[in-house]
Amino acid sequence: MTTTAPSAKARPVLTVEDLTVVYETDEPVTAVKAADLTLHRGEILGLAGESGCGKTTLAYAVNRLHRPPARIASGRITFHDQDGTDIDVLALGDKELRAFRWDRLSMVFQGAMNALNPVTTVRAQLRDTLLAHRPRMSRKAVRERSEDVLRRVGVDPRRLGSYPHELSGGMRQRVMIAMAMLLEPQIMIMDEPTTALDVVVQRDILREIVRLRDELDFAVVFITHDLPLLLEISDRIAVMLEGEIVELDTADRLYREASHPYTRRLLGSFPSLSGERGAFIRTGVDETAETAEPTKERA
Amino acid sequence: MTGVRVTDLVKDYTIRNGLKRTRHRAVDHVSLELTPGRTVALVGESGSGKSTIAKILTRMERPTSGTVEVRLDDGTPVTDQARYRREVQMVFQDPFASLNPFHSIEHHIARPLRIHKRTTTAEETRERVREMLERVNLTPAAAIAGRRPHELSGGQRQRVAIARALAPGASVLVADEPVSMLDVSIRLGVLNLLGRLQREDDLAVLYITHDLATARHFSDEITVLYRGRIVERGPADAVILDPHHEYTKLLAAAAPDPERVGAVRDAAPVDRDAIDSGRCYDHFAGEWREAGVPSANAGSAA
Amino acid sequence: MTNLKPPPEAAPAADPALDPALEGATAKAGWRSLLPTMTPWLAIGLVLIGGIALFGLLGPLFVGDPRQIRDIGLTGPSAAFPLGTTQTGQDVLAQLAFATRGSLEIGLLVGLLATALSAFFGIYGAYKGRIVDEAFSLFTNVFLVIPGLPLVIVISGFVPRESRGLWTIAVVLAVTSWAGSARVLRAQTLSVRNRDYVAASQVSGERPWRVIVVEILPNLLPVIASQFVFAVIAAILGEAGLAFIGLGASNSSTLGTMLFYAQNGFALSLGAWWWFIPPGLVIALFGMGLSLVNFSIDEVINPKLKNVRLHRRRARRAARLEREATRAARRGATTAKEAVR
Repeated sequence: MTTTAPSAKARPVLTVEDLTVVYETDEPVTAVKAADLTLHRGEILGLAGESGCGKTTLAYAVNRLHRPPARIASGRITFHDQDGTDIDVLALGDKELRAFRWDRLSMVFQGAMNALNPVTTVRAQLRDTLLAHRPRMSRKAVRERSEDVLRRVGVDPRRLGSYPHELSGGMRQRVMIAMAMLLEPQIMIMDEPTTALDVVVQRDILREIVRLRDELDFAVVFITHDLPLLLEISDRIAVMLEGEIVELDTADRLYREASHPYTRRLLGSFPSLSGERGAFIRTGVDETAETAEPTKERA
Repeated sequence: MTGVRVTDLVKDYTIRNGLKRTRHRAVDHVSLELTPGRTVALVGESGSGKSTIAKILTRMERPTSGTVEVRLDDGTPVTDQARYRREVQMVFQDPFASLNPFHSIEHHIARPLRIHKRTTTAEETRERVREMLERVNLTPAAAIAGRRPHELSGGQRQRVAIARALAPGASVLVADEPVSMLDVSIRLGVLNLLGRLQREDDLAVLYITHDLATARHFSDEITVLYRGRIVERGPADAVILDPHHEYTKLLAAAAPDPERVGAVRDAAPVDRDAIDSGRCYDHFAGEWREAGVPSANAGSAA
Repeated sequence: MTNLKPPPEAAPAADPALDPALEGATAKAGWRSLLPTMTPWLAIGLVLIGGIALFGLLGPLFVGDPRQIRDIGLTGPSAAFPLGTTQTGQDVLAQLAFATRGSLEIGLLVGLLATALSAFFGIYGAYKGRIVDEAFSLFTNVFLVIPGLPLVIVISGFVPRESRGLWTIAVVLAVTSWAGSARVLRAQTLSVRNRDYVAASQVSGERPWRVIVVEILPNLLPVIASQFVFAVIAAILGEAGLAFIGLGASNSSTLGTMLFYAQNGFALSLGAWWWFIPPGLVIALFGMGLSLVNFSIDEVINPKLKNVRLHRRRARRAARLEREATRAARRGATTAKEAVR
């Protein structure tokens, strides 16, 4: 579907095997059940599912950002570096882990646009991130890199001197993406990066993400509940239900011939804008079906 | 049944910034008509004024100017407040916020019944609450009635909210983004429920949303709101499949559509400030009109 | 990460006769959610309050006349007088029982008055909004900046001693202490008032007073309870202070008046610790009990506080289990490698 996909297929950048994450509450909840996932270099992998299906937990666990009471009960996460070495993410010590995050793998959080520090300028925040990982970088190089990433996400470099509240929501989200790509990571994980934005702004940012991926060839894990959006931008899509990846296929095949009933049900929940009118209302899921909600369906 | 005619609605908010006062026009000469059995969708982005219109329609806010006229089927206008409240009801966006965490489900539906004297005895009220819950497919009604909101899922709560809105015997329903907070796989169920209730009770529905796709499939007529003004109106299919105004085109292009895989790359960014909110395309009349002016100048569609 | 657990499947309503019982149970659950969870601290607080309240309530029935003068002045604790006697030979234990009752009376009275005032000005003003809110909040702010204690002293001094009864003191203390709570309640009401369920009940045609009492008030109850407890502490301490400087109620005996007489009788310099320590201790313990209860109410208002406790415990467990898992995995990996060799 994309030009980069075939060549990338051969080179995985992240392999997740049999990953299980458990929340140690009074009755332990298994949020992610034996997930297997391979992310290829330069690929956009969509992770779809509804609230509580474990998609965010999975993303957090992949770079060990999960916080207790969540814990990784079993599994292996291997990062295949550009130079050919393999890194066992679960075996990393605290210091190595800090170096690993952001440098090799960065993350754009849900509602990230509100995660910028309100009292310092964009310039200072970019500089701090850069210097934390590249302490020996010169002032000039820092400035050039900051300007470069902003330009890449479509923000005027003159905005470097602005404070977050002076920027619109869409602009703040772009700055967050700029920050995530500051150290040229090989993987970017984006958790609902556009959910809080209006559709038109959302579209602009998606376009930016796809374009950047084409230019820089990093892999993206894009998490959202919005399946049509994923169908448009991703190469492959994983559908999660109750902590399990129930289907993983190319976007095209998933749309045309989804095999799991839940995927079909999810697809059926989104009316097509340009399709047959009324088809959605008449042929859609029967309203009474809701009383048994997806989470309960298996009970 | 009851219809609503909204004429030249204007709502200004004063923004106080120190000693300086500026006026912000949230709604600018909006005219609408709701008729029984029909759904009108009001589409727009956040800040377009759609929620303000909902608030004015449900008399939570007063308009700066313009009128909202509710007429019963025999043509008599509704003037008294209690009657107005009985006729015009609302379903809120967030089902987690619109039910009082302190009270049982029974309370939420029983109160409107008692206020509008739909039932007289406690026994009758209980019976009626059960019936309402069954109508919105919440069964077993007896068990649900005794629960409290936090024991229900989002979809179930929204069903309770719909039952509450219909309890007074409402004939006009304002649905403010009724499914945008729900999980996708249950949205359709709630929309279909609204559709069925509308057919059964011959309701006039104003469906407020930012989602063009559901607006198209769920409503008969679409009104596009941009910066407080109506910029396009017409039959649902005409507005979506043959948009005339730049803003509607932009919205339609931005809505994700699995039919056009890869389209995200091709679309060119649009300069929002270049969009003209001064004119409105009316598909019914098949012509451009001036937006943001009294309807007499624009030539009323009706 | 939201972790929505599926709501428990609705119990099949097999037996209609069973339903009322079921509903009664869940309706009560609404109130139960307002009660703080039992912790050791809450238990200590409740025991302290209960013990002192019981002492004040029943104590006077079992002790002798606290005013009876004997010629055995200033004797230490003995079998006849467990807490000794005052300078004029009065029974300290008897005085303590009556004084505790007096202090509790005044505390309760002021607590109720101050809470009623703060609820009216805080909640009603915030609900009405606009001009009413502006006026009420100005009024509240004026009372807030009036220095409480000096005003109390002035008013108490101004009222002639004969007419300075329990009620006068209570009203004076209530009037000077409600403003702070009113501001807190106003802020809370402003937040609750803007929630959708309040709008929804207005749209369904609910009358304003019903919206306040039935929809808003229950959600403020924990805050009001906390304010009430605080008002009681403040009142008992305030009254003790007034009584200590001789401006207390003339017709009643409180812990403050006991301290006043102890001070006048040079109890400290004469080493008569049994005269001033018991009333001081009762005040301190009662205040402590109320504060402990207040902390527990705070957990109800702000569930985060409760979760912090719970969370820490779970986090420790998760971290431990994860460490064990990684260790086991490593061991497994090395043995696998060795096996390959």
